[in-house]
Amino acid sequence: MDNLHSLMIVLPEVSLAALGLLLLLVGLVNRSNTTHVVSALTVLSFIITAATLISPHRLSFLMGGTAPVFAFGTMFVDDTLARFIKLLILAASALSVFLSGGYLENHKIARPEYPVLILFATLGMMLMVSASDMIALYVGLELQSLALYVLAAFQRDDAKSSESGLKYFVLGALSSGLLLYGISLLYGYAGTTDFVKLSFVFKDAAPHTIGLTIGLVFVTAALAFKVSAVPFHMWTPDVYEGAPTPVAAFFASAPKMAALVLFLRLLREPFMPLAMEWQQIVVFIAVASMLLGSFAGLAQKSVKRLMAYSSIANVGYALSALAIMNKDGLSAMLIYLAIYFVNTLGAFGVIISLRKQGQQVEAIEDFAGIAKKNPLLALAMTVFMFSLAGVPPLAGFFGKYFIFLAAVKAGMVPLAVIAVVTSVVAAFYYLRLIKVMYFDESKQIIDACPCFGVRATVTLAALYMIIFTVWPQPIIDGAIAAISGFIRG
Amino acid sequence: MISGLVADYLPILLFLGIAAFVSVAAVALSFILAKQKPDSEKLSAYECGFPAFDDARAKFDVRFYLVAILFIIFDLEIAFLFPWAVALGDIGWAGFASMMLFLGVLTVGFIYEWKKGALEWE
Repeated sequence: MDNLHSLMIVLPEVSLAALGLLLLLVGLVNRSNTTHVVSALTVLSFIITAATLISPHRLSFLMGGTAPVFAFGTMFVDDTLARFIKLLILAASALSVFLSGGYLENHKIARPEYPVLILFATLGMMLMVSASDMIALYVGLELQSLALYVLAAFQRDDAKSSESGLKYFVLGALSSGLLLYGISLLYGYAGTTDFVKLSFVFKDAAPHTIGLTIGLVFVTAALAFKVSAVPFHMWTPDVYEGAPTPVAAFFASAPKMAALVLFLRLLREPFMPLAMEWQQIVVFIAVASMLLGSFAGLAQKSVKRLMAYSSIANVGYALSALAIMNKDGLSAMLIYLAIYFVNTLGAFGVIISLRKQGQQVEAIEDFAGIAKKNPLLALAMTVFMFSLAGVPPLAGFFGKYFIFLAAVKAGMVPLAVIAVVTSVVAAFYYLRLIKVMYFDESKQIIDACPCFGVRATVTLAALYMIIFTVWPQPIIDGAIAAISGFIRG
Repeated sequence: MISGLVADYLPILLFLGIAAFVSVAAVALSFILAKQKPDSEKLSAYECGFPAFDDARAKFDVRFYLVAILFIIFDLEIAFLFPWAVALGDIGWAGFASMMLFLGVLTVGFIYEWKKGALEWE
């Protein structure tokens, strides 16, 4: 049976969806600890999904899993790249759920819908990275986005959170409109929405129809919007600032990875014959993101806005790896993402755990002197900031190193130079935070939240930053295998 | 001589004629035959509770909004079920299972909104 075969391929997604529906119903039980139970079960669902994803049974069913397999016609594809990034996404989502517990209770917004929304957003991301057709791409992207809009406005009694949700929704809807318009142009000129067939159409369509190029530009712009690359970044700082902090942490990790890998698949598969056209666009948005993320970050006073600009700059690095587009560049991008999401979640974890008189700490100057009272937390933050700044020997250094190396090897020296220069500029604001923590006098009492989930996440993330230095092989091998399975021949 | 293409539209023309006749007759007959008892209440707003001709930027109860959203979901479900029912013979068990899956998801949503009290007015 063809349908049963397809179902086997999408088994991880199907089980995650079924578990999500079940958890929605579990959340209806009106007990004081319902949110805890649903959160724990959500993390368990992620673990089950990850286990299904890489279970030897399923892989042997997929004939070893090295070659890509398609499900439901050519709607959905399962390949090494999709599996690698899905594992990272599931890990990022699980850590985000961990990060949220204490914060939600402190703000009296602990509702069972929160983990369920994260679960459905994750499901959307898994569909996005496996999409092999424009329609599947759009459905996955919307499933993700709709859950994210609600999450941004989750603290609904707070004006800023509602504003951030609304802003995100309006601009997200605009970008979805751009995407659909681009897709409709592509469909109109190419006659198909299937990625594989599109690549054949693009190959034959020389000289290229102008309509196809316009469609390509629209789709690229919409995706640049979703990854918050300059010049489509303006929503990012406001949304991160207004959204509840654990939601901002989630935004900076899993959806970024999903959208970047979707970008990768789209550019590398259907649009590959148009590489000359899109490469200049990607180089431009990469350079612009790195420049703006680094320079605008200098002027920030709120630590959440700082992290937003930091995420814009980091997307710039990932995009410059994408612009290199050979095997080295793309595997460097995957390694970079695998390091960055843990790094950013850890940094957000420290921000979440700091409180002054029960209120969340937001300003950079509030970090003054926390090294005296909370030496371990300050140490962890130092590790994250050094790593984001790319100081060896922490993990962040290797992420950047592989990208710069790949850029130089591919002869894109100017890009590598800009990347190095901007990372030096950005190092200023990362290091300033460390200076504030260690050398400034504190004016108020800052306590650390005793939340177990946040502490565990911060500890794990800090250890990961250090362990990567001595034992980077699993991630590097995984990324290279993922890319070699994706780019065949 | 009427061309074939135009002749194909003849039933529609007939239908239009009958529709016009029936509607005019219904209004005219009730105007002629029924007793006329004018009352200001008969002209006032009904059902949704809004004056029919008024400034659109008026405040209204946000609960209408929730009901409207919940209504749209089931409205769309019906819009989805009709073509499915017509094509069921062709799409076979896969089509049947897909729709049951869709209805299952919808039922979970329905249970959720019911238990959350979204269907209660007060």
